[in-house]
Amino acid sequence: MESIKDKVAIIGVGTNKRWGELYDQDETGIVLEAVHEALDDAGVGIGDIQAAWVGGGAPTGNWLTSIIKQYIPVTKVENACATGAETVRGCTFGLLSKTYDLVMAVGVGKMKDAPRGGEGAGDEAGVDKYHPVTGATGIPAGRYALAATRYFSRYGLSRQEGKHMLAMISSKSHYNGARNPRAMFQREVSVETCENSPIIAWPLGLYDCCAQAEGAAAAILCRTEDAKSFRPDYITIKGIGISVGPGMRKFHTGFDFTHWEESTAASKQAYEQAGIKNPREELDMAECHDCFSIAEAIAVESVGLCERGTIRRDVEAGTFTLEGKLPVNASGGLKSFGHPPPASGIREMFETYKQIIGKAEYQSRQLKNVELGLCHNQGGHPGRFECSVTILGIPGK
Amino acid sequence: MFGILSYGAYVPMFRLSRDQIAKAWGGGSGAGEKAVANFDEDSLTMGVEAAVDCLQGIDHKSIDALYFVSLTHPYQEKQAASIIAEVLDLKPDTFTLDIDNSPRGATSAFRLAADAIASGSAKKVLVIASDCRVTAPHSGDEMLFGDGAAAFLLGDARPAVTIDNAYHVFNSFMDTWRLPNEPFNRTWEDRFIFGEGYSKIAPQAVAAALKQFKATIKDFAKVVLYAPDQRRHTELARALGVDAKTQLQEAFFNNIGHTGSAFVPMMLVATLQEAKAGDKILTFNYGDGCDVHALTVTAGIEKLRNRRGIKKYLASKLPVSYYQQYLIFRDLVIEEPGGRATRTSSLPVLWRERKNLVSLIGQKCRVCGTVNFPLQRLCIECQTEGEFDDYPIWDKKGKIFTFSMDERTVQPVAPSVACIMDLEGGGRFYGNITDRDPATIDVGQEVEFTFRNIHDGGGLHNYFWKMRTVRG
Repeated sequence: MESIKDKVAIIGVGTNKRWGELYDQDETGIVLEAVHEALDDAGVGIGDIQAAWVGGGAPTGNWLTSIIKQYIPVTKVENACATGAETVRGCTFGLLSKTYDLVMAVGVGKMKDAPRGGEGAGDEAGVDKYHPVTGATGIPAGRYALAATRYFSRYGLSRQEGKHMLAMISSKSHYNGARNPRAMFQREVSVETCENSPIIAWPLGLYDCCAQAEGAAAAILCRTEDAKSFRPDYITIKGIGISVGPGMRKFHTGFDFTHWEESTAASKQAYEQAGIKNPREELDMAECHDCFSIAEAIAVESVGLCERGTIRRDVEAGTFTLEGKLPVNASGGLKSFGHPPPASGIREMFETYKQIIGKAEYQSRQLKNVELGLCHNQGGHPGRFECSVTILGIPGK
Repeated sequence: MFGILSYGAYVPMFRLSRDQIAKAWGGGSGAGEKAVANFDEDSLTMGVEAAVDCLQGIDHKSIDALYFVSLTHPYQEKQAASIIAEVLDLKPDTFTLDIDNSPRGATSAFRLAADAIASGSAKKVLVIASDCRVTAPHSGDEMLFGDGAAAFLLGDARPAVTIDNAYHVFNSFMDTWRLPNEPFNRTWEDRFIFGEGYSKIAPQAVAAALKQFKATIKDFAKVVLYAPDQRRHTELARALGVDAKTQLQEAFFNNIGHTGSAFVPMMLVATLQEAKAGDKILTFNYGDGCDVHALTVTAGIEKLRNRRGIKKYLASKLPVSYYQQYLIFRDLVIEEPGGRATRTSSLPVLWRERKNLVSLIGQKCRVCGTVNFPLQRLCIECQTEGEFDDYPIWDKKGKIFTFSMDERTVQPVAPSVACIMDLEGGGRFYGNITDRDPATIDVGQEVEFTFRNIHDGGGLHNYFWKMRTVRG
């Protein structure tokens, strides 16, 4: 096995202008915004793209057909909430095999066009949803809440202490989102408000949950040796890890809900490719899948940014704030952006890319000296995850 | 000697005080409270509960016939007894039968059981009576009716209670009826249906039975009497010369309500829970005729003391906090359209996984001993493929490992309490906690299984098991 480190470069990224409930736009509309920005950013035209990997939307990615007229391969991939990362992974392999020289990854989610605001989207799919028993189990918040209750119990946090820790995580993400013009929610929310928000699935309240939002994101990739011909300030892929857990793990008494091995396994793959030994010290930023506050807490621990059961200490010390030692979800995260699953993964890479090349929209949210960043996504629910970890950085680092 | 080998009963957890009903509609209150099935219960699920209580320590495979008696079968066409037989994992050639239409169905089923046993077609017959009658809001029946179930295992091998004599008479008197497409019972004015009906027919039948049994009312330590309400219960006892203090079995109007075809069976269970060897019992059941039985308690009754029966289930209860919640339980509220996600159900999956889903039988890996649930092809521990033995989990208790309380639930009553339960002896179950006070649930609490209707998606009753804090 050979590492993919530094072999593939991202030379352009884009998202639609602002994520949220985009009732006046259709799927193609928001895809166009993201694709145009990515193409412009890379300085290429749509006719230059030789292949694309897409996630979300209609079958066979036919929302691209109105954009792409050159009869190229377009492959739709589906890998739960890791779908965005999977499109980039497809692009990477297409480039590494030298089948293509310039490719595009696109993800889109337009959940609010679905009945009931897309409630439960991304949960049980296919024939599973007709299962007389498991097809009837709860909303995603309820599934993650099981992890929160267990986390409190295992690490001796009172209900109040646990809720407070989660509220600090959500409040931090809203602080970051308030500084990001593309976020759905651009408003600071106090710890107190988060802690006392109406219960969705106890112990998780409204502000522990990300919104159902709509958005699109795109990235243009080429092999690193060609990147300089497009732009001087590209970034490279250091490693991509994907892990799917043994599906029925939650039914095993050894599974305790407070640690997610899929995240650990995917991060290990990515760290090994990237040559990262001590992620907490070597990484400069991380975008973590915070569909729920507890998801961020356990993901941060599971990818090794702190020891298991200790995130409370770091949350209170401000380690993961915008000003902290290792900012987590500097973009505002899923908490501020909402979560259209196929798009979120590429949006995390958009953020990491912009931070590394120093082109965050506002100086107030521009991190200093970012050389290595982590993008983490997980789909499914505790005990049955599909997880991706992608490490991006400056070339040669 | 033919008789009762075992008994069991079930009273649902929730009680609706009659003051709440009076408060909702104005007017006078009846006394006490009534037992009401939770939204996820029906006659079938309550019948399973009573059967489980009855069959403690008894091999389910020893049962030859199952009669399920109810006025409120969950389906108009589709036998409930066959579903219950599947739930209880009875042997495949068990004879199953639904009995309906008359509140005296259970004691009539005693006769069928006696005949089956006498003919040699069965050795052990399980009779379950259960009712969950929906009443019109603001009606007399709403005040009167309650929900519950009882079960008896009948046979002729050393019964705990012998059934010595039986008397049966039919009667086409119209007092209470329900048309096929109507939800609620109809009746005629009290003065006719009681004056000309019950209050005349009942004493005549008991007198005729006693004559046939060559007995007098004083011979009986306890007398179990069907009655349409508390007043007629007292009146009939007086007319028969039954001593209200020493002989008359309480009818539970004040704390359960009239439970239809389960009414006399539940009273009989309550009697047996207090009975001593040698006690003689007279039961009178009514509805389109009468069934009268004379029974004698034997020393075998002592082996059945661990049954929860009426006594323990009555003591374990939660109040329905407001009247409207009861209307929601009985699906009597017209919902805002689109308020809840609709569900559907794959019949092939339900059929294929029935042992797992309906009988709640898990798999134990022959290689590593790990208990697997739900259905697995490969062991979740050692990955060995297809090397499993059946391992019942429905009878295991467990502890809450973690839980959540979903306020955005698709179920009729929020929150939906999702729970991971680690089972005694290994294995884990992921499901819902029902019959609960959300404020008191915590990690580490002991829970047990209860059979419920988890949703009606796809136009059918989707039954499965939930958890509840241990009752009784």
